[in-house]
Amino acid sequence: MKILATVKRVFDTDGKPKLTADAKLDVSSIDCKLNPFDEYGVEEAVRLQEKGIATEVVICCVGPEEAQKEMRTALAMGGDRGLLVKVDNTESLDTLSIAKILAAVVKKEKPDLVILGKLSTDSENNQVGQMLAELTGYPQATFAFKLTPDAAGGWAIVGREVDGGTSDVKVKLPAVITADLRLNEPRYASLPGIMKAKKKPLEITTPEALGVSVKPAIVGIGYELPPARKAGIKVASVAELVDKLKNEAKVIS
Amino acid sequence: MSNILVVAEHLEGKLRKATLPTIGFAKKAQALTGGKIIGLVLGHNAASVAAELATAGVDHVIHVDSPIYANYLAEAYAPAVAEIAKVKGASIVAAPASTTGKDFLPRAAARMDAGMISDAIEVFSHNGAVGYKRPVWAGNLIARETSTSAITAVTVRMTNFDAPAAGAAAPIETIELGFAAPEHTQFLSFDQVKSSRPELTDAAAIVAGGRGLKSAEAFKMLEELADLIGGAVGASRAAVDSGYAPNDWQIGQTGKIVAPNLYFAVAISGAIQHLAGMKGSKVIVTINKDGEAPIYQISDYGLVADAFKAVPELTAALK
Ligand SMILES: Cc1cc2nc3c(=O)[nH]c(=O)nc-3n(C[C@H](O)[C@H](O)[C@H](O)COP(=O)(O)OP(=O)(O)OC[C@H]3O[C@@H](n4cnc5c(N)ncnc54)[C@H](O)[C@@H]3O)c2cc1C
Ligand SMILES: Cc1cc2nc3c(=O)[nH]c(=O)nc-3n(C[C@H](O)[C@H](O)[C@H](O)COP(=O)(O)OP(=O)(O)OC[C@H]3O[C@@H](n4cnc5c(N)ncnc54)[C@H](O)[C@@H]3O)c2cc1C
Repeated sequence: MKILATVKRVFDTDGKPKLTADAKLDVSSIDCKLNPFDEYGVEEAVRLQEKGIATEVVICCVGPEEAQKEMRTALAMGGDRGLLVKVDNTESLDTLSIAKILAAVVKKEKPDLVILGKLSTDSENNQVGQMLAELTGYPQATFAFKLTPDAAGGWAIVGREVDGGTSDVKVKLPAVITADLRLNEPRYASLPGIMKAKKKPLEITTPEALGVSVKPAIVGIGYELPPARKAGIKVASVAELVDKLKNEAKVIS
Repeated sequence: MSNILVVAEHLEGKLRKATLPTIGFAKKAQALTGGKIIGLVLGHNAASVAAELATAGVDHVIHVDSPIYANYLAEAYAPAVAEIAKVKGASIVAAPASTTGKDFLPRAAARMDAGMISDAIEVFSHNGAVGYKRPVWAGNLIARETSTSAITAVTVRMTNFDAPAAGAAAPIETIELGFAAPEHTQFLSFDQVKSSRPELTDAAAIVAGGRGLKSAEAFKMLEELADLIGGAVGASRAAVDSGYAPNDWQIGQTGKIVAPNLYFAVAISGAIQHLAGMKGSKVIVTINKDGEAPIYQISDYGLVADAFKAVPELTAALK
């Protein structure tokens, strides 16, 4: 079974975002990293390879040349090779454009399983996997916390985290899975892993070479900061808290 | 035509409340685009849902009844939503930003070649088009976006739009689509967390616990407090990961987004990913034994105390 695991280079959202005078995001002092949700996707692919279920794991990213760094981080966890679809300004691409590019990659690579993160921690769309599934005609199992493939049978059973509980679905391979945070516990790359990753093949291609041209439908028109919340007061006792809740905030009668 | 299609969410013959803010969103969008608000029910033996939806503020209801919608699957929903959107001339297709809406709507959007906005919290007029606001960056930034595609798909955050006032019953139209059941996906089971408490997303009060509680048993004291004030129980991711609480209770970037009148954060440190899910609460109360925990920076009332002492004391005081 061949697996394609996607990774996105995201802005590190631990830092507080700053805006420029014209309401753009000032990213000059913000670091980038591998999208945390993609670490779970890569980990799952690597585990399936270690168990002998996956025969090949390809790491794919749509992004600028700098994104090779995040791809090497993923390759240090495991996997065989990387495929970077070079787009200098990924910010100008919407989810459907990314999904169209990934669909062209799927057509070329023909994986049995495509694993994406469920969400990017910076732009938080939670769309790309589902769109990719439609564009490729593959079934989808989103928000996966448990993945049990039966490669020989050509199926996978996926446990999904959904509102109200959990749900199991059975998907026929090839399929698209999006990873939630309880799928596994991603490893820290070992030193030998990091050394090995440096030597793994990393092919660079372009949307044009894949035969896709995209025109994003969603256009960013600026940012604003959410209203700030102020710290309130500290109370000294449960009695004082009850008094405040009843008589000041009036949220308890 | 520029109608607005709202895909209703339902469970066991009842309209899920999550649908109502989406209709509230549609009302605001309608003020900008004109057209009709069309509610869509995909289900099997769900006539009761269609009837409920008809009085929930929509102009028209479409009911598609087929066994293939008996158990929700994105692969069944997406083609149906795309087809109805086309036939009914929708320019906006909206659904709640629930795990269901987030699952099928991007798939439907790709089918319609539509741009998609996730988690809309506001709509506004932008150069004659519709502009949308949505939180990104774990809630620390709000992006303004607009769409240039003929149809735009939108998931709507449950906490930011009011449910419209109930109105006279809109007409219900029954349509047959004739799609076959998805061949490559099979629904196996839904393991529901049964609870007599209100749903987190529409509870007026929430008592949430974190890793500091150290066991599932300790959550019982939160449940007791929640029951006393008619609230729901929530949890941090660390508490869920540790097995103290079910995943359905998780609040935050990866869990539920809530905005109750009253939020108790008990033994929760206040990581940005947790705050992303509860910052919109009206009054936030923190009980944490560490007076420097970041959660105090956004709390209205903080009590620096051991939860195992303070929570039972609080429950007793409110009895
Ligand atoms: C400063 C800034 C400006 C932006 N401006 C715009 C704009 O004008 N219009 C607009 O539509 N968007 C804009 N974006 C969003 C950005 O282009 C998104 O990366 C893109 O829309 C994909 O959305 P997402 O990552 O949130 O997708 P999600 O659906 O949340 O991603 C889910 C998963 O899909 C996979 N994935 C996503 N992207 C990639 C990728 N590039 N390569 C490989 N796998 C991937 C990953 O596995 C990821 O876990 C902007 C972002 C920033 C930070
Ligand atoms: C991509 C990503 C997504 C995430 N999504 C979410 C999300 O959706 N929701 C979420 O919650 N987290 C999320 N997280 C995790 C988040 O970063 C934190 O790790 C998590 O919120 C911490 O949970 P906590 O506050 O319960 O635990 P801790 O940070 O360990 O805090 C425990 C607190 O309990 C206090 N305490 C201990 N004992 C007692 C006692 N006896 N009485 C009173 N107080 C006590 C301590 O002082 C401490 O402040 C996400 C992380 C990532 C990377």
